[in-house]
Amino acid sequence: MAKFGKKKKGLPPVSTASLPDIVFMLLFFFMVTTTMRETDLKIDSPRLPSASEVKKLEHKSLVTTIYVGKAKETGKYGTGYNRIQLNDKIGTPDQIPAFIENARSKVSETEVPFMTTSIKADKESNVGTLSDIRLKLRDVNALKLSLSTQKGDAIKK
Amino acid sequence: MARRENPEINAGSMADIAFLLLIFFLVTTTMDVDSGISKRLAEKPPKNYEPPKIKQKNIFEISINRNNQLFVDGQVMEMKGLREAALNFIDNGGGLGNAKEGEEAKPCDYCQGAKDPESSDHPNKAIIAVESDRATEYGTYIIVQNELLSAYSELRNRLSQKKYNMSYPELEEAFKASGRKDESLRKKVEFIKTSYPQIITDIDPTDVN
Repeated sequence: MAKFGKKKKGLPPVSTASLPDIVFMLLFFFMVTTTMRETDLKIDSPRLPSASEVKKLEHKSLVTTIYVGKAKETGKYGTGYNRIQLNDKIGTPDQIPAFIENARSKVSETEVPFMTTSIKADKESNVGTLSDIRLKLRDVNALKLSLSTQKGDAIKK
Repeated sequence: MARRENPEINAGSMADIAFLLLIFFLVTTTMDVDSGISKRLAEKPPKNYEPPKIKQKNIFEISINRNNQLFVDGQVMEMKGLREAALNFIDNGGGLGNAKEGEEAKPCDYCQGAKDPESSDHPNKAIIAVESDRATEYGTYIIVQNELLSAYSELRNRLSQKKYNMSYPELEEAFKASGRKDESLRKKVEFIKTSYPQIITDIDPTDVN
C-alpha cells in the first residue's frame, strides 16, 4: 500500500526567522537599563559594610556620591583607607562644599531639598573621616545622608 | 544588456550582530540598587545656642573606642547585647512623655518595658547618643547604627502588629501603594513613627562639651 508511511518525512526545521527579533528585544532592554559608571574610581572599590536595616536610594539623579577608601596610587597617597574621592579626583574634606554646590547647580532648585549624599566608604576607613565629611556637609546644609551598605547580617556569626 | 535585479541583502548575519551587541551590554550593565542606612544630619546650630537640658536617664550613651570596643551606659558590652539593651532602654516608659500639642503629658501606654524610674521616661524622650573615636573603624560604626535601627524597627513592628494587625513595612508599603494619598494610612504610619521616633545622635569626636 503505497498510501501509508512510505514517504520519509524529516522533522520540519525550527524557524529561526524571529530569532533576531527576540535578540533585538533583549538588546534594547539592556541598552535602556544599562548605566555606565560616570566616574572611574581612583580608589580601590570600597568593601562596603553589611547591614540589614537599609533603605533604597530613590531618584538616582539626585544622589551625589562620595567615595572613601584606599587610593590606587599608593605611592602618592599612602596606603591608608581614608582617602576621599570627589568626582574623579582624590580630594580633601575642604573641597566638599564646592563639590556639593556643583552638584546642586545641575538640578532644578525645587529638587535641591531632596538631594541625598551617598557615602560609599570602605569597612576599614575611620569614623574620623566620616565625621569630617559630615561637618562639611552640614556647613552647606546637605542634610540627607545615606551610608552605603550591602544587604546582609551586620554581625558575623 | 539585461537589467539585473537588485540582489537582496542577506539578513542571516543580523542575529550575530545583535548577539554581539547584546553580549556587550549584558557584560557592561550594572543593576546595582544603591541602598544604605539613611541618616538626617542636624542643622547647624545658630551661634550662642543653648542646648536644652536633658536628664541623664533619658540618654543612652554608647562609646566606641579605637579598638572597636563598646562602652554602653558605663559598662563594657558585647556587640550582640547592644540591640537588647537599646530595646529595653527605648521601651522602658518609666515616666511621662513629651506633651503633644494641646494635650497633657502622658505616660507611655504602649510600652512593655520594665518601667524602671532610672531609665528612659518615654520613647519620644529617649535619646541614643553614639560617640566614637576618630580611629574607630567605619565597619564597627555601621554595625552599631544597624543594631540601633533594628531595635527601633522591632518596636515599631510590634506596635503596628498589635494595633493594625500588619507589620510596619507592610503598612508603609500599603501607604506607598495608595500613592501616598490614603489619609487613614498616613495617620497610621505617622502614629507609629511618632510613637517610636528614631532619635540617634552622633557626637563628633572632636566635640568637647
